[in-house]
Amino acid sequence: MVEHSELIHEEAATERAMFGFWVYLMTDLLMFAVLFAVYAVLHDNTLNGPTGKDLFSLPLALSETLILLTSSFTSGIGIVAAREGNKKQVFTWFGLTFLLGLAFLGLELKEFTEFIHAGHTISSNAFFSSFFALVGTHGLHIISGLLWMGITLYYVSKRGLTKSMVRKLTLLSLFWHFLDIVWIFIFTIVYLRAFV
Amino acid sequence: MKEFLIGRLNLEALPHEWFTIGGTAAFFAMALLAVTVITRMKRWKWLWNEWFTSVDPKKIGIMYFLVSGFMLLRGGLDALMMWLQQSLSSGSSHGYLSANHYQQIFTAHGNIMVFFVAMGFVFGLINYIVPLQIGARDLASPFLNTLGFWLFVAGVIMINTFFVFGGQYAATGWLAVAPLSGTQFSPGVGVDYWIWSLQISGIGTTLGAINFIMTILKMRAPGMSLRKMPLFTWGSLCSMVMAVTVFPLLTMTLFLMFFDRYFGAHFFTTTLGGNAMMYTNLIWMWGHPEVYILMLPSFGVFSEIVSTFSRKATASYWTNVGGMTGVSAFALSVWLHHFFTMGSSADVNAFFGLMTMIIAIPTSVLFFNWIATMYKGKIKFDTPMLWFLGFVALFAVGGMAGVMMAVPPIDFQLHNSLFLVAHFHTMVVGGVLFGIFAGLSYWFPKIAGFRLNERIGKYAFWCWTVGFIMAFTPLYILGFMGATRRLDHYDASTGFRPFFIMALLGGIVIMAGVLLQIVQIIASVMQRRRLADPTGDPWGGRTLEWAVPSTPPSYNFTIIPEVTSRDAFLEMKKQGLPTKKVFEDIHMPRNTSSGIYISGFAYLLGFGFVWHIVWLIILGVLGILTCLIKRTFNEDTEFTITAAEVEDMEEKRIKKAHASRAGKDLGTDEDMGLKEFIIIVIKWALDIVKNKRWKKW
Repeated sequence: MVEHSELIHEEAATERAMFGFWVYLMTDLLMFAVLFAVYAVLHDNTLNGPTGKDLFSLPLALSETLILLTSSFTSGIGIVAAREGNKKQVFTWFGLTFLLGLAFLGLELKEFTEFIHAGHTISSNAFFSSFFALVGTHGLHIISGLLWMGITLYYVSKRGLTKSMVRKLTLLSLFWHFLDIVWIFIFTIVYLRAFV
Repeated sequence: MKEFLIGRLNLEALPHEWFTIGGTAAFFAMALLAVTVITRMKRWKWLWNEWFTSVDPKKIGIMYFLVSGFMLLRGGLDALMMWLQQSLSSGSSHGYLSANHYQQIFTAHGNIMVFFVAMGFVFGLINYIVPLQIGARDLASPFLNTLGFWLFVAGVIMINTFFVFGGQYAATGWLAVAPLSGTQFSPGVGVDYWIWSLQISGIGTTLGAINFIMTILKMRAPGMSLRKMPLFTWGSLCSMVMAVTVFPLLTMTLFLMFFDRYFGAHFFTTTLGGNAMMYTNLIWMWGHPEVYILMLPSFGVFSEIVSTFSRKATASYWTNVGGMTGVSAFALSVWLHHFFTMGSSADVNAFFGLMTMIIAIPTSVLFFNWIATMYKGKIKFDTPMLWFLGFVALFAVGGMAGVMMAVPPIDFQLHNSLFLVAHFHTMVVGGVLFGIFAGLSYWFPKIAGFRLNERIGKYAFWCWTVGFIMAFTPLYILGFMGATRRLDHYDASTGFRPFFIMALLGGIVIMAGVLLQIVQIIASVMQRRRLADPTGDPWGGRTLEWAVPSTPPSYNFTIIPEVTSRDAFLEMKKQGLPTKKVFEDIHMPRNTSSGIYISGFAYLLGFGFVWHIVWLIILGVLGILTCLIKRTFNEDTEFTITAAEVEDMEEKRIKKAHASRAGKDLGTDEDMGLKEFIIIVIKWALDIVKNKRWKKW
């Protein structure tokens, strides 16, 4: 009887956490909405400087997209493994996700450093301000996602796949999918649109 | 090296003007007094264990009330200073404040009143009452709640830090419109304090709002469907949903402003493609709904009070809920009415003008619903009901002034005038603050275990209402006469002066009201036995918060009630309350100090950014991350109180309550009025002087 009530208690906590995390993701999405709106307003204000069309490399952006999409897929498989209690597979798939995330981040940093070396910084003009803010905020989210992933995996290795750990991994993968969706919009609105 | 250690902080930043020296002295005097008293009474441990690290929403609610009440005095002092300046500074006289100082005062006044008074009180009420109303023992995430509260406190401290370091607050108006708030026109640290104070407390608000949405939607007592949920909870739910919708916009807008100021970005600047009007749009997309975030819980409070004091069910539950949800829906599409003069096309202005007028419809629905509830009811005129009636009168006037200004051509005349200032003060004071006062006097017996003194409460109400009318009617007239807002000096030939003096007198009457409220609380504490509330149901309440004793045990309900009707407690009373209690095991969250530590690091982070102190920024970030990780992976966050322990605690609680009601009240046994109170205080003072009682201390 006591165990039964404990179980209900734990399940209710998981349900609440999932719901609350969804609400949090929506608030995060609204922050991105502001950045998208700002980019939409300011992206033409290049003041005769180079535009997105001159600077962006579609192959780079496309490979970033493919890498991130693949990482979403691997994290999804990781969750299936976590639900089955397969610790080894969790490490394989989330490890892969982690590496893909790092690769994405590397490509993004490469793009940023190229721009900065060419003298285009956040203070160059309004176009660059809005570009760096939007893409950079996404990049910061990726960094925090990776940090979170690393720490969670560390605790999984120590504590095993307990209910609470599976819950944390599920939330993490929700976050990761969310970043993927935001990136699809960045890819479309920032990169593809520059060439239309 | 010096740059790394102290950034831009230098000796000049220390206080050297009368108001910063005064502010610093007052701050340190208060801190010293508090520390001395707590140390002498040996209460540090108690304070830390029982209050600071508590996750009990009731205690957090009370702490919100205390901080906000204190900030109300601080913001009220700002208001008095402005009224005084305006009534002095005419013609050749320039008053006692410099233009720059005056600008800082109205900026601080606005920020403090909106963020740290109204928001704080609203969150306090929601914290205390919502879990009780929905029959819950704690919140969905008790940790997020203490974190939200302590971030709020960090914001309060941040906004007042400029007295000690920097000596200047933003002189930009409460929303720091761009490009005035950019480094080009505001090079000092004032705007940085503004950014970080709002940023820290705003993130706390978002977290708190997520938590309350989770709580209200997922933790209601069995049987309480959304259609049986009490109206204050409905108002709170609407308010919190709006908060998670718009506070992220504020957060991001503040970050963009921060990028402008720190990294030389060009979002809102006048040069290199920045767009200042974009700032105005973004900030009002948050700013207008913010007013309704404050308003909706007050609407909920009034719905409860009208129904209780008319001894009738709400005339139409669904129109009431519909009114509140309607207001929240429309509130998101009216922001542009704050700047019709921006120069957008006639179509755009017409759209936002119409939307603004439409929002009067759900509000009126609520009004007529309350009036219909009173119709044929047996109305009791206790203070909560008085605050409601005062609200009806003031809010109707302010609302109609609002509909007037919703017409763009009229707004072109009234924009930035004192008419506008009078309008929004009527809404925020008459609506939000009166709602808060109504709620506090209504639920005070629940919170403190005894009722408030009615006689002095009524004096306070009348001072507030009469003072308010005296202070703000002249501003409506001045607006028509052409007086702009934020005016620190005017020509004698304008004829403004008598009106400003009238406003000052009104302000003094309001301050008398505030003083009377303080007296009311002191007098009630003195007579707490006479005013005690042994039943837990002093007003003949209808909703679940009255089903628990006043003051409620930490776990709120020994048994979670089954809800069968809208007025759940009324129904329980009709069917007869259960006499024999069956106890059960209770899961409760453990206290946590993570919220305090994270907020402390957030404060250091903000302070580091204000003064460009790199190591402090790094320390802040690392500190926040470490605490968050530690908390997230802490699995031991709950404990269980067994049924036997609950029974034991219940018995002790009842004994304690009896004991506290035995004995004699201080002062008099008669119902205390202002006269009796003053006589008692004078007697005490004489007694102390005569018998040299201070020697004992």
